[in-house]
Amino acid sequence: MFEEIISSLRRNKLRTALTGFAVAWGIFMLIVLLGAGNGLVHAFEADASKQAMNAMNITPGWTSVEYKGLQTGRRVRLNEADVSELKQKLSKNIIDILPQVNEGGVTISYGQEYISTSLRGVYPDYPSVQRIDMAQGRFINQIDINEERKVCVLGNKNVEVLFPNDDPVGKFVKVNDLYYKVIGIYTDDNRWGSQEVMVPFTTLSTIYQKDGYINRMVMTTKGLSSVEDNEAFEVEIRSLLGSRRYFDKDDTNAIWIWNRMTQYLQTNGALNILKTAIWIIGLLTLISGIVGVSNIMLITVKERTHEFGIRKALGAKPRQILILIILESIAITALFGYIGMVVGIGATEVINMIVMQMDTPAFRDPTVDIKIALEATLTLVIAGTLAGFFPAKRAVSIKPIEALREQ
Amino acid sequence: MIHLTDINKTYNNGAPLHVLKGITLDINKGEFVSIMGASGSGKSTLLNILGILDNYDTGDYYLAGQLVKNLSENKAAEFRNKLIGFIFQSFNLISFKNAMENVALPLYYQGVSRRKRNDLALEYLDRLGLKEWAHHMPNEMSGGQKQRVAIARALITNPQIILADEPTGALDSKTSEEVMQILKTLHSEQGLTIVVVTHESGVANQTDKIIHIKDGLIGAIEDNSNHDKAMEFK
Repeated sequence: MFEEIISSLRRNKLRTALTGFAVAWGIFMLIVLLGAGNGLVHAFEADASKQAMNAMNITPGWTSVEYKGLQTGRRVRLNEADVSELKQKLSKNIIDILPQVNEGGVTISYGQEYISTSLRGVYPDYPSVQRIDMAQGRFINQIDINEERKVCVLGNKNVEVLFPNDDPVGKFVKVNDLYYKVIGIYTDDNRWGSQEVMVPFTTLSTIYQKDGYINRMVMTTKGLSSVEDNEAFEVEIRSLLGSRRYFDKDDTNAIWIWNRMTQYLQTNGALNILKTAIWIIGLLTLISGIVGVSNIMLITVKERTHEFGIRKALGAKPRQILILIILESIAITALFGYIGMVVGIGATEVINMIVMQMDTPAFRDPTVDIKIALEATLTLVIAGTLAGFFPAKRAVSIKPIEALREQ
Repeated sequence: MIHLTDINKTYNNGAPLHVLKGITLDINKGEFVSIMGASGSGKSTLLNILGILDNYDTGDYYLAGQLVKNLSENKAAEFRNKLIGFIFQSFNLISFKNAMENVALPLYYQGVSRRKRNDLALEYLDRLGLKEWAHHMPNEMSGGQKQRVAIARALITNPQIILADEPTGALDSKTSEEVMQILKTLHSEQGLTIVVVTHESGVANQTDKIIHIKDGLIGAIEDNSNHDKAMEFK
């Protein structure tokens, strides 16, 4: 049986090669496409895992809706009392909430080097809420807050500029006209923007005369799993702060809410669409492979009608001829499908290596689950079999004498 | 061996064509018979029916005591495989198989193991003087050699009857002579039943009995059993 198939396949090497190519290409493209898609998805997931998924920021803005006779365009200001109010009233959804003050446009220098950035006045719990990591030294502590110490935590990128040679911890940097002691270095996953320098909340409030007002609230939430939950929670925040600070609860400009969870859910939705699109493209590629196989099987069967006539005259039963054709079809699709799969997986591994070397954050681990690769190959084999089956069935039903006349 | 009663066959390709108009014929075991006729006389159709390659409309056909009528494809294949050996005008060898594999093919369909059928094929090729050619492909052989491979293939299943359709039609006179000599030897030495269809009187003349077909009917049955003497006499 086996040598019958081999000898038939050898008979027309070019055709076997072409069929094989159609199959191998279909599988190869599918795997590379899925791999590329997975690369994007994995990058996104890795990115998401680095950030606190339940982070939420509130920044005061300007009113854009009239409220109880008050005109629009008023600046909304928030203070620490608003923070405690939220923490108290919405405690079922808030793990922690912290105020933050900012001072922009400061120049920080050390020796000849200087950078232009912003200061961020924060509380000791800040790293757990915003998920930043300490690379060296310590973060701001309660004593720093209580004593309004002039200490600062630099970002790792700030350090690269300011301290090309020195160890920064313990050194003093000049912030505008005042000296701050560097107590630590933090890292974050902020790839594009500049890093801000962290100082104690109270220090910044006092030096820059914030009068108790704050520039942002940062918080971590709990119990909000869907887009609807998050929207409802945001409405609660707006109505609570609106009643205290005189703005409409539907005024989305009065305070700006940045919600990591909602963003995540939206991006996730977009990624799912991308995944589906990749699958559809992949399946269409697979279908073109199947059509290729069907086409070639159709021609093969037509060309071999005379041979089947001879075989029938010599006593081949219809079933035996049918099995011969189908097994040939399976042999081609399985062999070349396997080759396409191996080459495809190889290609994704090569891309993976290149990506790892380049360390591109937008693309990560572009590989395909071996199970999916096998399933795709199996699908093509089954489809190739069916593609061979129908023309074969027809060829087999021709009377031997007619098949013999065929040339 | 072969028993035909009132065989009718009509082709329906557009206008119906009544090819065989009631053939009644007996061919006994061990006979060497030729069926002669002009082209279109129905002789090839008759041979195809004898070989169960084609069916007939009415009448009865007994082959080796078994009624051959409305057989399933599987049964027909089995009969062809076990009872009949074919020799065709155009040899009908499979081009991508070598001589040995071609000869062994009928045994493949009997489920004989590869080693066994290849050994047997070599034996038959040897008998026909083609042992050295066993591993050559058909396109590397002459017409006479190809026909001898085809004869070996027809013989390998040890069939009840050999059906030859214009076996010398594609050969020159010398190789035609050789092929006919082989058939004669098979008949005289092994007592095989052989039916040859031809339009050449020279070929028909070497058989023992000549059946003339004309317009789908048997015209005359000519006893030719002393053809060798007749030839000498001439």
